[in-house]
Amino acid sequence: MKTVIEFLKKALLLDLLEGLWITFRHQHPKNIYTEQYPLTRPAVAERYRGAPRLNIHPVTNETLCIACDLCKIACPENLIVVGFVRDEKKRKQLTTFTYDLSRCMFCGLCEDACPVDALELTQDFELASYTRGGQIWDRQMLEEGPRPTEYRQ
Amino acid sequence: MTTAFESNELVLNMGPQHPSTHGVLRVILKLDGERVTGTECVIGYLHRGVEKIAENRTYAMFAPYVDRMDYVSAVSNGLGYCLAVEKLMGVTAPERAQVARVILTELNRIASHLLWLGTHALDIGAITPLFYTMREREEVLKIFENYCGARLTTHAFRIGGLQYQLYAGFEEEVRAFCAMFPGKIDEYDRLLTGNRIWRDRLEGVGLLTVDECKQLGVTGPMLRASGLAWDVRRAMPYSGYQNYEFEIPTGTRGDTLDRYLVRIEEMRQSVRIIEQAVARIPEGPIVARGMKVIKPPIGEAYLPIEAPKGELGYFIVSDGTIHPYRVRVRPPSFLNLQALDNMARGALVADVVAIIGSIDCVMGEVDR
Ligand code: SF4
Ligand code: SF4
Repeated sequence: MKTVIEFLKKALLLDLLEGLWITFRHQHPKNIYTEQYPLTRPAVAERYRGAPRLNIHPVTNETLCIACDLCKIACPENLIVVGFVRDEKKRKQLTTFTYDLSRCMFCGLCEDACPVDALELTQDFELASYTRGGQIWDRQMLEEGPRPTEYRQ
Repeated sequence: MTTAFESNELVLNMGPQHPSTHGVLRVILKLDGERVTGTECVIGYLHRGVEKIAENRTYAMFAPYVDRMDYVSAVSNGLGYCLAVEKLMGVTAPERAQVARVILTELNRIASHLLWLGTHALDIGAITPLFYTMREREEVLKIFENYCGARLTTHAFRIGGLQYQLYAGFEEEVRAFCAMFPGKIDEYDRLLTGNRIWRDRLEGVGLLTVDECKQLGVTGPMLRASGLAWDVRRAMPYSGYQNYEFEIPTGTRGDTLDRYLVRIEEMRQSVRIIEQAVARIPEGPIVARGMKVIKPPIGEAYLPIEAPKGELGYFIVSDGTIHPYRVRVRPPSFLNLQALDNMARGALVADVVAIIGSIDCVMGEVDR
C-alpha cells in the first residue's frame, strides 16, 4: 500500500508541484523586497559606520577637535594625519586634518578613541569618486561632508 | 602500449574564477572520462598575511582584522579572538556581554548557513532558494547594522566584552526574528528536501566517514553529518553555552544530503538558543574592568569555538607587550577543504560542484 502511495506521489509530480506552489505564492506584491536604489535611498541604522565627519560646534562654528592625536594612534591602518600649531598659551590648535578613505576599513576604533566626540562615522555611504585623490579627504571635506550627486530618471 | 582510446587521464582546471568554487579556489581535477580520479587544491589567491599583520598591531587594533577572514561569519571570528585574548589575560566578560555574545553569534550562524544554503542550491541548479535565504539573511544583517553599524565586517566585540551597548528595541527585533524564522526554515525544507532532483543530486555523493574526518581534522557540520556528535559548544563550553539547551544534529550516511540536513537542523537549534538567551539578558556592565590597556602577561593560550563552519581556534603567544608575539588561526574551512580529495574520488565532474558546495568553505579563511 505504502509503495503504491509513494509511486502515485512520484507519478503525479507532487514534490515538484509543492515547490512550484511555494514559489508561485511569492508573486504577491506584498512579498516584494527589492529596493529602488538610487531612486529611494534606504534608511541606514543610526550607528552606521560610513563616511567620517569632523564635528564643528553648532553655535560658534569652531571645530570640536582638540588635536590630541588619539584617533591617529588608535587607527590600525594609521591613515589619519592631524596637523596642529601651538598658540601663545602653548595650546594645540588644529590646522589640517587628513583622512585617507581609500585605506579605511570603517572599524570605528578612531571614533571610539576620540575624547570629545569630534570625529564621527556618519550614515553617508556613497563614497565613490573618480580619482584616487578624491578619496583623501581634507579638513574642509570632513567638516562639510561630501556633496551627494543628484540622480534623475 | 596504450592506444588513443585507452589513454585515460585528462587534467581539467576548475577555478580560480569558477562561480561554484565560492571565491578563488582552484581545483585541478584528474579525470578518467566523467569520473574523477584525483583532485588537487591550489590555494593562496586571497592570502593577505593576516597572521603577520597581527604582529604589527596591538591586541585591540587586530580585532577588526579577524572579521575579514571568514567574512560570512565575522561575529564568530571576533568572538574567538576576543575569548582567546581574554583567556590569556585571565578575565571573563560580564554576564550581560556573554548573553549578548551568544545571541549575536547564533544569529551569525544562521546568516552563514543561509548564505551557504542559497549558494549551494544555486550550484546544484535551484536558483529560487537564493532569493529567499538572502531575504531572511537581510533581517539578521539589519540587527547587526542596528547594533554595531556594519553588516558584514561587524567588529561587534571588544576584548573583555561588547563594543557597543545593546540598542533599545534589540530584544524585540530578535524575538520577532525568532518568531518569523522557523516558518521560513520549513519553507526551504519543503522546497528542497523532498524535491527529487535535489535528492538525486545529493544522495550518496561525497561520502566521508568519521575516521576520515578525524584523520583530516574535519570539524563542524561535516563531522556531525558523518555521525559524530562533536560540538565545541557542548564539549568545551565557552560564553556560558553550558546553560543553554540544544541538540546536536547528526547524520548517518555522511553524504552531501546529510550535510544539508544537519545545517538545516542547526539553524532550528540556533533559534532555540537565541530564544533562551533573549529571555535572560541581565542588566550590568558590558565590558570587564581594567580593559583600557590590553597587555597580557607572558604566556600562550589556545581557545577553540564552534564557528558556523567548524572548530575555529586562536593560538596567541604573548611576550608581555601590547603587541601579540604570534597569532595562529586554526581555520575550519582550511581543514575541511582537505577532505575534498577523499570525497571527490570516484565522483562525477558535476558532483564535484555539489561536494565543494557542501564543504562550505570561505576562501578568505582558507588563505587568510
Ligand atoms: S574607521 Fe578604523 S581604519 Fe578607518 S580611520 Fe577609523 S580607526 Fe582607522
Ligand atoms: S581623537 Fe578627536 S579630538 Fe583627538 S585629534 Fe582625533 S578627532 Fe581630534
